[in-house]
Amino acid sequence: MTAFLTLGVLVLVAIAIWQLTKIFELSQIKKDDSQIANDNDNKYNGYLMFGFLVFIYGITIFSFYKYTKILLPQAASAHGDDYDFLMLVSFVIIFIVQTITQALLHYFAYKYRGGQGQKALYYADNNKLEVIWTMIPVVVLAGLILWGMYSWVNIMDINDEDDPIIIELYAQQFNWTARYAGQDNVLGEANVRLIDIDNVNVLGLDTSDTYAADDVIVKELHLPVGRKVNFKMRSQDVLHSAYMPHFRAQMNCVPGMITQFSYTPIITTEEMRQNPDVIDKVKRTNTIRAERALKGEPNSEPWEFDYVLLCNKICGKSHYNMQMKIIVETQEEFDAWMAQQKTFEQTVVSN
Amino acid sequence: MSANAHAHLEDHHEDHGHHHKETFVTKYIFSQDHKMIAKQYLITGLIMGFIGIAMSLLFRMQIAWPGQSFPIFEALLGKWAPGGVMDADIYLALVTIHGTIMVFFVLTAGLSGTFSNLLIPLQIGARDMASGFLNMVSYWLFFTSSLIMVLSLFVEAGPAAAGWTVYPPLSALPMAQPGSGMGMTLWLVSMAIFIASSLLGSLNYIVTVINLRTKGMAMTRLPLTIWAFFVTAIIGVISFPVLFSAALLLIMDRSFGTSFFLSDIFIQGEVLHFQGGSPVLYEHLFWFLGHPEVYIVLLPALGITSEVMSTNARKPIFGYRAMVTSIIAIAFLSTIVWGHHMFVSGMNPFLGSVFTFTTLLIAIPSAVKAFNYITTLWKGNLQLNPAMLFSIGLVSTFITGGLTGIILGDSTLDINVHDTYFVVAHFHLVMGISALYGLFAGVYHWFPKMFGRMMNKNLGYVHFWVTAVGAYGVFFPMHFVGMAGVPRRYYENTAFPMFDELTNVQVLITVFALIAASAQLVFVYNFVSSIFYGKKAEQNPWKSNTLEWTTPVEHIHGNWPGAIPEVHRWAYDYSKTDKDGEYVIPGQDFVPQVVPMGPDEEQLHH
Repeated sequence: MTAFLTLGVLVLVAIAIWQLTKIFELSQIKKDDSQIANDNDNKYNGYLMFGFLVFIYGITIFSFYKYTKILLPQAASAHGDDYDFLMLVSFVIIFIVQTITQALLHYFAYKYRGGQGQKALYYADNNKLEVIWTMIPVVVLAGLILWGMYSWVNIMDINDEDDPIIIELYAQQFNWTARYAGQDNVLGEANVRLIDIDNVNVLGLDTSDTYAADDVIVKELHLPVGRKVNFKMRSQDVLHSAYMPHFRAQMNCVPGMITQFSYTPIITTEEMRQNPDVIDKVKRTNTIRAERALKGEPNSEPWEFDYVLLCNKICGKSHYNMQMKIIVETQEEFDAWMAQQKTFEQTVVSN
Repeated sequence: MSANAHAHLEDHHEDHGHHHKETFVTKYIFSQDHKMIAKQYLITGLIMGFIGIAMSLLFRMQIAWPGQSFPIFEALLGKWAPGGVMDADIYLALVTIHGTIMVFFVLTAGLSGTFSNLLIPLQIGARDMASGFLNMVSYWLFFTSSLIMVLSLFVEAGPAAAGWTVYPPLSALPMAQPGSGMGMTLWLVSMAIFIASSLLGSLNYIVTVINLRTKGMAMTRLPLTIWAFFVTAIIGVISFPVLFSAALLLIMDRSFGTSFFLSDIFIQGEVLHFQGGSPVLYEHLFWFLGHPEVYIVLLPALGITSEVMSTNARKPIFGYRAMVTSIIAIAFLSTIVWGHHMFVSGMNPFLGSVFTFTTLLIAIPSAVKAFNYITTLWKGNLQLNPAMLFSIGLVSTFITGGLTGIILGDSTLDINVHDTYFVVAHFHLVMGISALYGLFAGVYHWFPKMFGRMMNKNLGYVHFWVTAVGAYGVFFPMHFVGMAGVPRRYYENTAFPMFDELTNVQVLITVFALIAASAQLVFVYNFVSSIFYGKKAEQNPWKSNTLEWTTPVEHIHGNWPGAIPEVHRWAYDYSKTDKDGEYVIPGQDFVPQVVPMGPDEEQLHH
């Protein structure tokens, strides 16, 4: 209903503007109808240009004031702090440049608004200036490029050092499955051609591969804190993307190939729930959900913070709801959980 | 070379007297006159733009008020909105077709097609395009592709819905998505025809600029509009054929059982036969066009801005040579940065480093251009006509949108914002809004040339200011939505409690979008009514130097009634003074390109 009201108001506003300009036009008819800007137009639009600068700064400040709190909380992975710091530095640079250039642009538009008898300066070029404003971006960007590349190489260097735990993330329309490599920490061979749904072999594991026997297939991703995880991504149908925003991690899942990503989770789910930002966020969210509950709307049950894996590559109708819960826990908790899970061999036999 | 062409054209002019009689069909429909073709491009582009923007409003309403019932959904979407609630499949289809229409049909054909056609012959001093016939074919292919794209909306299983990039396997398998059936076939056919149209147009532009410049019109005297159109046409010719091959291979995968892009697929309970292809290959082919496409959209807008800004600032464009160099540098770099769309696609991470390097390089010529625009305003005598406002607005959004490119072009930082609303905000500002502003600047500035009448300036002011506020209102807060981790192309965000508190932002964005879109109705009204009832234009309303303003207001075939004018100077002698500080032509602050250099006049630019 509010939507209708908003729409109605908008239409009315549009009509009002139209009528106002109509009246404005009619009252102007005798003066000047060349439809070329005159001194008055220059004056008012010059002022508006200055006003627009204030608007740009205003919406920037408003957005930071209102929306900083909705951003992702502290990074929960080892490389995440570096990521956030590089992001912060880039943003500082961006906002310095943005503030200065927008100020110059709009201030000049205001200051040099035209008028009768005013003379523009014939100023066609200046090599020194061109060199200056070529070199400044060169130097700044060179710094950002080198830093970015260094971080990128570190993040994307996926190796078997530090005894990583090997986990396969398996994507299909529209859900995720995780496969742990088990005791031997080696994933068994798999191919979509071996999928046998009737025999619960949903990921197409090669039953003759001994490495596959101890693999553990689950629908909830548990990670021991402080231990490096090497993810191997697969998809069985279309492109998907494994997006784990809290860990600053993302990699596409591509049918026909295995892609990889690696990170070390450093904050358990329990610890993250105690993070002041997260506590506030949960509180705000649950207020919204409580209001919904009062109105009898869906999605109103109270929420408890959890890490989550989202699909971030358009994959079809239910793309918007393709998710898996991630739980980061202590090694002991992880071991206890793992001990309860059935291996692939056990599932096949019990079937 | 241009001297020869000039002689040839004068011959052409001689037999201009005995005119072949024009019928309605040859004049308005199958016209070979570049000015009429430009108008055809513009009007077709604007109609497509209307459809594209209307679609964005529909899906914006769904995002802001998820699952709400709107009668307008039911009225427009029919069976796709049972009870007025939008279906998830049609949401994706709207997003897909909105992107396709805006990028290709509005901002490529509608912008570059319109103004390249209108301005290239007029500003270089040619009677028409090198081939009027090919030019006509180019338009009609564009029209056909637009028609097919619009018709695809009415297909039983719905139009293409795999995102405007139509990545396989989603786009290749009708089992994966209903839109990947007939809808996708029509999408691909439409795009193939569109590419043919674009190539014919581009080749024509290149040949015309190289061969048909009038006497004295050296490349270094070309207005920056022409440089932009010329270089745009070149990158179009280089990159569009690659998209064509991608579309063709995708058609083969879909219909003829090949496996270029598909491998190891198990869907709906069965294994498909495809083996050995790679979706990543498609991504490479697509973005090999896709990234230059950004500049195919943007460069003409920047060219228009250069011309409009210089004219209305009554000042030469600052750093002409640097501007030309930047255009060429941007064009070159644009062909080697495509991988920044694929940092997390699974391609070799080493390539990520390479593409980060080339991508951030492109910021340098872009920065030079922005600084040059700002310096052009400095100490000017700014005539704030609507076209000028849109040009200044373009520089503003170009900077705001361009700066966040530093984040996205950095492979490390891209990891967490890739495919989120941050990307949506970035590219809408830097190429969507900026290019649209360029289009509007061009329309307001050259409307008198196209239709012989003036557009209403006050409506123009309303149009600009509401749009400018609306555009920032939509896309500035959207960056925050992206950094909160909200993926794009989600039908609704209710499946994730962590996004609950972002609904407010989405509502704000949608309200701004509705306001900004309503301002476009003011433009439509102004445009249509001015064609018929606008004030009659004088020959050179903006007191501009370029050649198009030496032609009569009434269009004639061949552009100039007499001989083609000769060019004696560059296009930017505004407010040029002699040693005593007097204007070169007393009482007039501009010196058209056709005016010979005075006896002791110096060339003051490099």
